[in-house]
Amino acid sequence: MTAETTRTFNIDTVANAEATPGHALPWAELGLKDNEYQRVEEILGRRPTGAELAMYSVMWSEHCSYKSSKVHLRQFGEKVTDAMKEHLLVGIGENAGVVDIGDGWAVTFKVESHNHPSFVEPYQGAATGVGGIVRDIISMGARPVAVMDPLRFGAIDHPDTARLVHGIVAGIGGYGNSLGLPNIGGEVVFDSVYQGNPLVNALAVGVLRHEDIRLANASGAGNRVVLFGARTGGDGIGGASVLASESFDSSKPSKRPAVQVGDPFAEKVLIECCLELFKASVVEGIQDLGAAGISCATSELASNGDGGMHVELTNVLLRDPSLTPGEILMSESQERMMAVVTPGNVADFEAIMDKWAVEYSWLGEVTDTGRLVIEWDGEKIVDVDPRTVAHEGPVYERPYHRPEWLDRVQADGFAADRPTDLRAAVLELMASPNMCSKDWVTDQYDRYVQGNTALAMPDDAGVVRVDEETGLGVAISTDANGRYSYLNPYEGARLALAEAYRNVATSGAEPLAVTDCLNFGSPEDPEVMWQFAETVRGLADACQELGVPVTGGNVSLYNQTGGIAIHPTPVVGVLGVFDDVARRTPSGWREDGQAVYLLGTTADELDGSEWANLRGHLGGQPPALDLAAEKTLAAILVNCSRDGMIDGAHDLSEGGLAAGLSEMALRFGVGARIGLDELCERDGIDAFTALFSESQARAVVAVPRSEEVRFNDMCTARNFPTIRIGVVDTENRALDVQGYFNLPIDQLREAHEGTLPKHFG
Amino acid sequence: MTAAGLETPLIGGPQPVASNNDDSPLNGVTVGVVTFPGSLDDRDAVRAVRLAGGSAIHLWHGDHDLRNVDAVIIPGGFSYGDYLRAGAISRFAPLMEQITSAASGGADALPVLGICNGFQVLTEAHLLPGSMIKNNHLHFICRDQRLRVENAGTFWTSDYGQDEEIVIPLKNQDGQFVADNRTLDELEGEGRVVFRYVDGNPNGSRRDIAGISNAAGNVVGLMPHPEHAVEAGFGPDSSARGEVGVRGGTDGLGIFTSVLKKLVG
Repeated sequence: MTAETTRTFNIDTVANAEATPGHALPWAELGLKDNEYQRVEEILGRRPTGAELAMYSVMWSEHCSYKSSKVHLRQFGEKVTDAMKEHLLVGIGENAGVVDIGDGWAVTFKVESHNHPSFVEPYQGAATGVGGIVRDIISMGARPVAVMDPLRFGAIDHPDTARLVHGIVAGIGGYGNSLGLPNIGGEVVFDSVYQGNPLVNALAVGVLRHEDIRLANASGAGNRVVLFGARTGGDGIGGASVLASESFDSSKPSKRPAVQVGDPFAEKVLIECCLELFKASVVEGIQDLGAAGISCATSELASNGDGGMHVELTNVLLRDPSLTPGEILMSESQERMMAVVTPGNVADFEAIMDKWAVEYSWLGEVTDTGRLVIEWDGEKIVDVDPRTVAHEGPVYERPYHRPEWLDRVQADGFAADRPTDLRAAVLELMASPNMCSKDWVTDQYDRYVQGNTALAMPDDAGVVRVDEETGLGVAISTDANGRYSYLNPYEGARLALAEAYRNVATSGAEPLAVTDCLNFGSPEDPEVMWQFAETVRGLADACQELGVPVTGGNVSLYNQTGGIAIHPTPVVGVLGVFDDVARRTPSGWREDGQAVYLLGTTADELDGSEWANLRGHLGGQPPALDLAAEKTLAAILVNCSRDGMIDGAHDLSEGGLAAGLSEMALRFGVGARIGLDELCERDGIDAFTALFSESQARAVVAVPRSEEVRFNDMCTARNFPTIRIGVVDTENRALDVQGYFNLPIDQLREAHEGTLPKHFG
Repeated sequence: MTAAGLETPLIGGPQPVASNNDDSPLNGVTVGVVTFPGSLDDRDAVRAVRLAGGSAIHLWHGDHDLRNVDAVIIPGGFSYGDYLRAGAISRFAPLMEQITSAASGGADALPVLGICNGFQVLTEAHLLPGSMIKNNHLHFICRDQRLRVENAGTFWTSDYGQDEEIVIPLKNQDGQFVADNRTLDELEGEGRVVFRYVDGNPNGSRRDIAGISNAAGNVVGLMPHPEHAVEAGFGPDSSARGEVGVRGGTDGLGIFTSVLKKLVG
């Protein structure tokens, strides 16, 4: 393939930059601050060229450089013990972390945000969010096997919410379904704090053999550098800098041109073609093109490798021949990859590209000069040390302080009158926007493709089989509670981790590793920065206590419109492993006569709860967290699965026991008779508290009669409180909470499943 | 895209026999599963044939040779992205010419099954009448769907009872089967409506039609996915055949055992 006719511009060459030191450049428009621009000049010893400025501006953006968050994120590394690293094959810093799951298999997984693009252009923003995270997974050498999408929208009845819900859900489905990736879970939350800034996080999981791990580095002088996949167009220019790294402001022009446009077919072909490249061992290093496009790929590959690369930019295949060198460097066109190939493998590489009809162009080669040199038709337009672009960007110790309003908020506990009609309260809860059935959303996603899905929505965790011979597999759950984090960001982060960890264990898997997507407002607001610092501290501490390391993730700042920031929303994903997915536990009961047990104790903890939310209250402290109890509970749930002691299990979190019992009954449409008296007496609470409190470290399980003795003995041996609260009843299709109410399943289902279709159907 | 890529065979090319069940009386039958760029459920169809006791190989859309397979499955997915019209580009693949001529040969013709996108390809190739348009609710839909086997006499349904009901997953964006009334009457009159949706039409398909056959009964197309209801633990939560465990539905297996048994004779 040859370069197209060379385009002529007034090219700002390195020689020109040296000759015209006073030439004004639009660095502020590209998102660089005064001091940052000065630093670029210091590094180069001259003014940057237009192309160099483009590279530094995107790579030093908040989104790419983590300049405000870096000083805090270090804790994820510092608080990792050797024991936690036992299963870690690749840690933070690469495209995604890689975890050993045994038998020579490894799993890579990561969650990322695509919040701002999805608000501006919901369909494409959400679609390319899936595309981007999937390419991260491919870059590690893995076959992607599943995706998940934690979503947060504004109020369900706000006029703008339907636009976002329809666009974002269709975008995720339109892209993910076309890739043949089962969507196995996620979250859908409605809260007016996300009105001007919805959260669209995307998680992907991939599977590989240990020996197939690929890293993003360019080593071996003389090796060729190739760009392949879709052509480079004018979409997404400045996506990382001017879109993702600034707050929204209605007075500014639309940022729609900064959103990328996705082509899932091109990505599907790219997946298969990359897997064939890996199988044939013809690439030395590989990097996907996401934020900051070619700027990022060339500078990261070069600085992770031997440090030098020479590129001829006119070789880039373009969709739009009028693009300038700076635009080509900044474009975030999707479905592109960059690889390093030895000269001996060039022919094999080209044959695989031809088989899949994927376009490619040889851009240049790896050098040992320590410089990233980019030429435009032979004239030097970039000459930089790639490390200064990729890794040595600015680092800020942003000022932060605890908000003054927090004392007032924390002192304002939930004290509203408790309803006497518990039947009506349960129906109201289960029909509410956050607790209602999400089938309207998840039915738009393919959960079957690949044939390995063992659990998906609405079960507690998504479970996929990895090895068809042995049944080896993984479970994943993502969780976050922005209200808890608003009340107490340190505890909120720990609670998010605890919930995801508990969900994975509830499905029967052993929790192994963590990924996180930290969604916050502007880091330039010291109060937001305090929330962020507290969140990272809490998450790193809790990871250490639970013994599960953070393997990678993403920070999304500037999630605010005008001066109002979102609730701090740390989305935490936990990955667990199954020796055999055949033993996974579904989140419902179905066998008549099985005993229903509640594990854990219930206190009066309604602050920040879904019930308080329904009454428009947000104050007090989130539920108390006891990570030792969480660990014991998880061990019990995993053991129960392993030894066949339970047939159904559901963790208790948002909506408490009321939600847990309702969802267990709805899972298979089977009722139960429940008694609360003994529980209320043991824990010193009333029936309303028993049903609606969100105390942690709790789960409900269904135990076959034959296993009750063994089950009780195990809980006693571990000194974990458990109480028999009822029995599964297939005859009477109702959730019968004796002495309080009898709720027919059909009526519960109607309330639960009607909400989303009513608003969006 | 270069046209050359469609014709050149290739590194990796079609794989060798994906798997054999040595002890199955049906393993002498080999089913080819076609992969187009954008096919998604191809590996799943191979697995389904294997679980039904047969052997399966992958066929590449750019090849000119059916490699002596005894039957062909065109799997689900979004071939070529379905940007123009589902199946519209795939029908021109070199392998489709082979399939079209082999499937049209009367009583000894090649059995061909099109699932979802494969059904769309078969209509575009005029092996089956009618067409699929966007679902009437305009959304992609994934759900466990109850069907009635309306003709248990085809190559792909003979292991079911006449009018037997089954539950298999449905997942598509363009699943609304349409045809003119004369064609629909003809299909009904000749017993060529093979599957019909029951308990609710999920996409507005005319006369609740979920799948049809050609006159000889060797070519069958259906929108729902039998290959995702073949293995206990990874299928739908329910079965029309009674209680099953979690994701224990295997009602789709009969499609694959049907053709294998027919071919064994």
